[in-house]
Amino acid sequence: MLKKLAATMVATFALSTGAFAAGEGGYVKNVDFSFDGPFGSYDQNQLQRGLQIYTEICSACHGLKFVPIRTLSDEGGPHLPKDQVRAYAEYYEVFDPELDDFRAATPNDHFPESSLENAPDLSLMAKGRAGFHGPYGLGINQLMKGIGGPEYIAALLSGYTGNEKEEAGTVLYENTAYPGGYISMAPPLYGEDVEFADGHANDLHHLAEDVAAFLMWTAEPKMMARKQAGFVGVLFLTFLSVLLYLTNKRLWAPIKARYKQK
Amino acid sequence: MSGIPHDHYEPKAAWEKGLAKRLPIVGLLYDTLMIPTPKNLNWMWIWGIVLTFCLALQIITGIVLVMHYTPHVDLAFSSVEHIMRNVNGGAMLRYMHMNGASLFFVAVYAHIFRGLYYGSYKAPREITWIIGMLIYLLMMGTAFMGYVLPWGQMSFWGATVITGLFGAIPFIGEALQTWLLGGPAVDNATLNRFFSLHYLLPFVIAGLVILHIWAFHTTGNNNPTGVDVRRTSKEDAAKDTLPFWPYFVIKDLFALALILAVFFAVVSFMPNYLGHPDNYIEANALATPAHIVPEWYFLPFYAILRAFDGDVWVVIAASFLTGGIIDAKFFGVLAMFGAIVVMALVPWLDTSSVRSGRYRPMFKWWFWLFVVNFFVLTWVGARPAEGIYPYIALIGSAYWFAYFLVILPLLGVIEKPDAQPDTIEQDFAAKVAAKSAGSAPSVQPAE
Repeated sequence: MLKKLAATMVATFALSTGAFAAGEGGYVKNVDFSFDGPFGSYDQNQLQRGLQIYTEICSACHGLKFVPIRTLSDEGGPHLPKDQVRAYAEYYEVFDPELDDFRAATPNDHFPESSLENAPDLSLMAKGRAGFHGPYGLGINQLMKGIGGPEYIAALLSGYTGNEKEEAGTVLYENTAYPGGYISMAPPLYGEDVEFADGHANDLHHLAEDVAAFLMWTAEPKMMARKQAGFVGVLFLTFLSVLLYLTNKRLWAPIKARYKQK
Repeated sequence: MSGIPHDHYEPKAAWEKGLAKRLPIVGLLYDTLMIPTPKNLNWMWIWGIVLTFCLALQIITGIVLVMHYTPHVDLAFSSVEHIMRNVNGGAMLRYMHMNGASLFFVAVYAHIFRGLYYGSYKAPREITWIIGMLIYLLMMGTAFMGYVLPWGQMSFWGATVITGLFGAIPFIGEALQTWLLGGPAVDNATLNRFFSLHYLLPFVIAGLVILHIWAFHTTGNNNPTGVDVRRTSKEDAAKDTLPFWPYFVIKDLFALALILAVFFAVVSFMPNYLGHPDNYIEANALATPAHIVPEWYFLPFYAILRAFDGDVWVVIAASFLTGGIIDAKFFGVLAMFGAIVVMALVPWLDTSSVRSGRYRPMFKWWFWLFVVNFFVLTWVGARPAEGIYPYIALIGSAYWFAYFLVILPLLGVIEKPDAQPDTIEQDFAAKVAAKSAGSAPSVQPAE
């Protein structure tokens, strides 16, 4: 009974979750991000590059309203020096209800909201989208690859085919990753849109992956601490299980000895 | 407490006697902890402890989360993000609470299937079963309302769909729905009352858990053979049982630690695996998600709800016979709640005099088909209602009702049960002997 139930239990976990992600999606390719898997961690340099791409390109229309600017100096994040973060914050203007006017942002302010009405906020985009659903909506591939949010972002940014169509006065751009095939956002990246100070590769695929990694951090800023806690917790509980197993065995031994075959 | 003869607490010191005379709480705790428990319980009897732990975990993490959460439509979503980003340990707390609900339901389904296989619902444990079903219903209500609180897209649209079910009730439906929501649509009033009830119901569940335990401590535990403990004398009873402490407490704690290791791995390494990405998008009454799906633990019942559309002959017949009062939507609602009602009535639907499925050769097959069917319904509940899926859902729903209403009543009449052991001690001795002899084929550690 137990074995069968355990097997079905595992199956249902796999079953139910993927099933959630049911829905017609575009084509999303898996990317080996540095933060994939239980041992994965954010690549600080990649997050900093992603921040630069966000600042120079995405932030023209999109906001990050849930992200406090000060967290840019967090360990387990871009880990920028505090004075750099302070200087960076001044780049933005925020509305201060006390002054009833705009002022330069400080690290304690959040990133501004989207400036365009139909540009969604990007803070949680990497968790609000799923790239992987299959096979057959079972979601088993999510066990190996993760939900696929950052992969979806990278695929979307590099998925423009160059075709356009006009619908009800709006220009729509064909995109292989976008559900439905046409998206109203014009291609934001073409490759070499951003120059990195260290001369890192800036072709379209690198840029797309860097900004996707950055948005994964904005969505899940405590991931590193969480995984660390996970290791401590799992190790501790495994050790406790072994001790309890031995205790249990010892405890029951004299009871069972009475019935053992001689 | 139990009807099984055993040693009771005797106050010895003067203060113990004095306390016992005024408030016999030590005796109550002693008798609860030292209850004689069948020796032969297998590993499916550990879920009770897991469930108790889950309830405590959800209440404790929940109380802390409430300290930082704001139940208002404009602030709820960002207050959850505040917990995830600014509160010390907030992300872990919230992920534990989120996945804790899933662990709770994994455990409760295992616990229910255990009861269904070993006939734990049969006399004299019907009241334990009924209280258990009430707890399960309250758990579903609590989980559903909790899922609304983060005020994401699935929160909002899930609440809209599920409260819409009440609107399907003829005559009073619409008024009832408005009364439940506190307005014409899911809005701030809804969020506030769901928050209030989400905080209240766990304590009601805790109260029912005490009754649940009280009830089966009075009848004694069931066990894998379904054979009763000998109650002729203290000595006979002691041959069949061992005190709960320490034998079963340690065993259960071992299982709990192992399960928590897996739970902690899920919370730390894949906390959003069981969630829906759409719930990381703030609720928007103007944008409907492509597919509205409930949390995984509701999916079998969601499948049953959607299985009965206007093309199914029973629905057409019901609609014709009632002059259109029962339409397809209301039929679906009745089927969904009916699925739980028939399960609650199983003590009176199962006619077999044999408790344990172990000695019921035909029952076994139907039972495992029922389990498989449960998982198929879970899967199909998350698929869009198009193509072949509605047919699968319909077959699955039909089997669910057939199992309780036709198969279980008939099996008791036509099935010839296998021989049962005379005593629990015999079963335990056979199990130990088989294990020590190392004769692998005859060993079934799970049973």
